[in-house]
Amino acid sequence: MFNYLANPTRFLRLQKAVQPWLIAATVLVLGYGLYLGLFVAPPDYQQGETVRIMFIHVPASILAMGIYVFMAIAHAVGFIFRHPLADAAAKAAAPVGAVFTFISLATGSLWGKPMWGTWWVWDARLTSMFVLFLLYLGYIAVWQAVEEPHRASRIAGIVALVGVINVPIIKFSVEWWNTLHQPSSLLRKGGPAIDPTILTPLLWCIAGFALLAAVLVLHALRAEVLARRVRQMELAQVGRAG
Amino acid sequence: MTRKQQRLILILSAMAFLSLAVGLILYALRDTIVFFYTPTEMAEKNVQPGTRLRLGGLVEKGSFRQGENGIIHFAVTDTNKSVKVTYKGVLPDLFREGQGVVAEGVLQPDGTFKADTVLAKHDEKYMPREVADSLKKQGLWKHAKDYGEYGADGAKAGKELTQ
Repeated sequence: MFNYLANPTRFLRLQKAVQPWLIAATVLVLGYGLYLGLFVAPPDYQQGETVRIMFIHVPASILAMGIYVFMAIAHAVGFIFRHPLADAAAKAAAPVGAVFTFISLATGSLWGKPMWGTWWVWDARLTSMFVLFLLYLGYIAVWQAVEEPHRASRIAGIVALVGVINVPIIKFSVEWWNTLHQPSSLLRKGGPAIDPTILTPLLWCIAGFALLAAVLVLHALRAEVLARRVRQMELAQVGRAG
Repeated sequence: MTRKQQRLILILSAMAFLSLAVGLILYALRDTIVFFYTPTEMAEKNVQPGTRLRLGGLVEKGSFRQGENGIIHFAVTDTNKSVKVTYKGVLPDLFREGQGVVAEGVLQPDGTFKADTVLAKHDEKYMPREVADSLKKQGLWKHAKDYGEYGADGAKAGKELTQ
């Protein structure tokens, strides 16, 4: 699969075949998850209806971190194995990850005001998540600012690989330091601390948003592969004319 | 060694050194990264009166009292040590005895803590009202550390008190 996809033409063919099914699965799973979360799940004993923000906030946060890890791995693979699609995949994923990070910050802020009594505090969890958002913006800016693609890919790769150290810091910030943000509800010792009536819709939402991310990243990767072809054709033309 | 292996080792060692560097920085800064001190940490650090800081812990049971001029009295505890807090202002909805709070303010010479902001801390547990009620009935609701004592009704009662 890994080597198979090293051929961009094969990737384009495969992406075209898979995309309709992936979109259908996204609509079904995400639709079902959001329906469960926003209408079926019971209100929380403390938070009341405000708990429903979690069905967006938690999947967005997981994907925000997950996509950054994906980008770092892609750049490492691109650097070590010279895989031709690896850095293109990372470049395609970055805006998607940035948007999920923004959604995570925004929904968290909306939840914080009624629950904590503040929109924002600079505790370790919130600050490290904000740093992730800045890393995404910096990463995207490198691709925009550096004109020569190979150089841009190198610098962007360094941003991705250095920045990925922030991901475990986000994850464990609530355990290493006192924070206003609550500890992890899902991945914790003793299993999830969420009642099944709320946990099931959450898991559906996580799966749905993950599918959505896959659709968006694959679509963006297709666009990137085609854009690189156009660039190569242009270069060839300039070469002939010159 | 092939070129691939060389590049792999290069990337792995660079990441390892970077992680180590970041880890050391975070370890050195741990006192400033924490969002609040618990009453025990406050005593250990020997915080001087007049120092501005955030104090976090559980609202001690039976400590909530409405004083004169709208001043609210309660104590913040980490079940080991406890600090008396005075506060004038609006409390967040989740504020109740047994619930986590973070108070920002100044330590007074008499050892009490004068807060100007009180934030509620939410725990990681999510459940519907019926499950919370049945847990209470079965007598499984004894950990003040795990759950607020009064649930949603307590918040209402607390609000009435503060109004």
